[in-house]
Amino acid sequence: MTDQPGLLLEVDGLSLSYLTRHGEIQAVREVSFELARGRALGLVGESGCGKTSVARCLMRLLPDNAQLSAGRVLLDGQDILLMSEEEMRLQRWRRISIVFQAAMNVLNPVYRVGQQIVEAIEAHGVESTDSGARERVARLFRMVGLDPQLMERYPHEFSGGMRQRAVIAMALSCDPDLIIADEPTTALDVIVQDRILRELKDIQRELGMSVIYISHDIAVVAEVTDLVGVMYAGRLVEMGETADVFHAPAHPYTAALMSSFPSVSGERRPLASLPGEPPNLSDPPPGCPFHPRCAFATEVCRSEYPPQVNAGGHWAACWHPLDTTLTPAG
Amino acid sequence: MERESTTFETLTSQANGSDASGGKPLVAVQGLTKLFPVGGNLFRKPTGFIHAVDDVTFRLAHGESLGLVGESGCGKTTVGKLLVKLLEPTDGNILFRFADGTDSDDSEATVDASTLRGRQLRAFRRQAQMIFQDPYESMNPRRTIYDIISEPLSVQGIGDVQDRVGRVVEILTLVGLTPAGAFLFRHPHELSGGQRQRVAIARALVIRPSFVVADEPTSMLDVSSRTGVMTLMQDLARELGVAYLYVTHDLAVARYMCHRIAVMYLGKVVELAETEELLRNPLHPYTKALLSAVPLPDPRNRRAPPDIRGDLATPIDPPSRCRFYDRCPVATAHCLNHPHPPTEEKAPGHLVACYEV
Repeated sequence: MTDQPGLLLEVDGLSLSYLTRHGEIQAVREVSFELARGRALGLVGESGCGKTSVARCLMRLLPDNAQLSAGRVLLDGQDILLMSEEEMRLQRWRRISIVFQAAMNVLNPVYRVGQQIVEAIEAHGVESTDSGARERVARLFRMVGLDPQLMERYPHEFSGGMRQRAVIAMALSCDPDLIIADEPTTALDVIVQDRILRELKDIQRELGMSVIYISHDIAVVAEVTDLVGVMYAGRLVEMGETADVFHAPAHPYTAALMSSFPSVSGERRPLASLPGEPPNLSDPPPGCPFHPRCAFATEVCRSEYPPQVNAGGHWAACWHPLDTTLTPAG
Repeated sequence: MERESTTFETLTSQANGSDASGGKPLVAVQGLTKLFPVGGNLFRKPTGFIHAVDDVTFRLAHGESLGLVGESGCGKTTVGKLLVKLLEPTDGNILFRFADGTDSDDSEATVDASTLRGRQLRAFRRQAQMIFQDPYESMNPRRTIYDIISEPLSVQGIGDVQDRVGRVVEILTLVGLTPAGAFLFRHPHELSGGQRQRVAIARALVIRPSFVVADEPTSMLDVSSRTGVMTLMQDLARELGVAYLYVTHDLAVARYMCHRIAVMYLGKVVELAETEELLRNPLHPYTKALLSAVPLPDPRNRRAPPDIRGDLATPIDPPSRCRFYDRCPVATAHCLNHPHPPTEEKAPGHLVACYEV
C-alpha cells in the first residue's frame, strides 16, 4: 500500500498473546494494515480468529493476562501502545470509540439512557454545559433514528434494536475519528439490522469517520465496507478492496468462506464445506496455519509461513494462491 | 367433543389446499393457538394475553423439511415446542400419523398429541424429538458423550448396555464423529461448537424418530462448521426418513435446508410455499420486506431498503384486523375494517394471508 494523504490508522506487525493455565495463546500474529479517513474496513473470520483481539488492542481494552509482544498502532502518527493509561483515556471515545455486540451489557440498567451519554460527553469535556450536552444527545438520538424523548427512559424499556442504536449514539457522542463496530447487529433481526447498518453508513459519510466492522457475516461486510481483511488463526491472510477480494479471492480460506455462505438470491449452488477445525492457538501448526485444512497444501506450506502475494489490487498470504497469474509482491 | 370428530384426513385436506409436499402426511396442525398470560399472578387475573401462536394451520409429510421463519418473537419457536409437547396448546389440533409398520389408513394409527399421557407420551417421544439452538447449554457438562447420547435409549428402555454402546457408536459414526471410540468418554467442553451440535443431532436421532423439531441448530456455529452440520442433517433426513420442522430466522439457511417455507409474523403464518417459489415470487408484503432486508454477499449489489414501516410490536391482545396492518406498505381501509385475512391458495401450493394479493 502507498502512503495516503488521509491516513488515519496504521497497524504494524501487531502480535498479542493471552497467558493462560494451558499456556500461551497466540491470539494475534503480525497483523499489519492501514486505514484512511472516511473509509470502512471489515475484519472477517470465524470465532477465535483474533478479530476481536485486534479491536481490543486498538482501544487498549485488554484483559490482565494479555501480552503485547510486538507491533505499533499509529493513530495520526502517534503510537497508542506507548501512551500512558491517562493519555489513552483521552483518546478513547474522543478519537476511537467502540460499539460492542452485547449492547445490553454496555448500558447501566439503573440510569436513564440519555443521562449515561450526557455523562460520557461531560467526562470528556466535549460540551461544557449540561444543556449543551443534552442538546447534543438529542441530536445524536435523532441521527441514529431514536426519538429524543426516549432519553428519559431506562435501558430495560428499550428493545434490542433501540439499545443498539443508543450504544451507537454513545459511540458517536464525542465525534471520534474512528469507530470500531464489533458485531454491531449480530443479535438483531434482519429488518432492524438493515436499518442500523444504513444509518451507520450515512453517519459515516456525513461525518467523514472511519469505521472498522468486525463480523463473521461476510454478507454484512460485503455491503458496508470499502476494504476487507480476512483473518485466520490470528493472522490476516488476505486483504484489499472489498469488491476485489469478493470478486477474486486468492486465499483458499477466503474462497472456502465465501463458497460456504448461503445466499437467498441467485442460483442455489451447492455449499462447500470446509473439513476440520481451526487450529489450537496455544500450539499452532508450523508453516501456514491453514495447511491442515487446505486442499492445495504442499511441503512448503507445512514448513514455512507464506509471503504476501499480489493478487491484482489486493494481497494474500499463500504459497499457492488461487489465481495462477499472480506474482510475488516485492 | 369437536376435537375427536376431526379425522386426520379432513385435517390434512383442509390444511394445505393442493398437495405440494407430495409425500404421505405425517403431521397435521390445525387452528393451533397458544396464549401466554401477562400481568397476572397467584391472586390476580392476567391483564392480557400474548398471542404467541394464533390459529396456525399446516401439515408436514414423511421425510419433508418445513422451514418456519420470522423475526424474534413471531412465535416460531413456540410452534416447535407445541409440536413436541414441551408446551400445551391453548386451542387447536396436532395430529400425527407415524409409520408403525401397518400401512392401513384407518384412524387408529393417528396420534392426537393433545391427549397423550404416561406411556403413550413416552411412545410419542420416541417418534418426535427436538434439537436446540445452543450446543453449550443443552448438555449436562458432567456427563460423557456416551451418557448424553444413550439417555434416550435408557429412558425408552431400548436394548441392554451392550446393545446401547453399539447404537451410540453407530450414530456417532453417522454424524461424522469418528473414530467413535475417541469421543465416547469425552465431556462436552472438550468438543468444538460444531462437534457438540453433532452430538445434539446424534442424541435426537439415536432412537430413530420420524419427526424432529430443529430450533436454529446452526445459528451459533461458525460458517465453516455450519455447512457441515447442514449437510449432515440433510443426509440423515434422507437416510433415516426423518421429517424436520426447521425453525430459523435465516432465510438463506432455510433455502438450503427446507422443501417448503412458512413465514410467520406475530403468531400468524402469513405465507407458505415451496422454497424456491417463496424466494423468487414472494407475495405477502411482509415476506417481501423480510427478503429484501437480507444482506447479500456481493459488494456490487445495491439493495433497496425493505418496504416496511415502524417496529415489531408484542402481540398482546391484538385487534382482530390483519396483524401486519400497522407496518404494511399496501394496507387499505378494507384491511383496517376486516378481520385478519384468511389463508388462500394464490398459486398451486402457494398460500398467502393478505387481502391485497
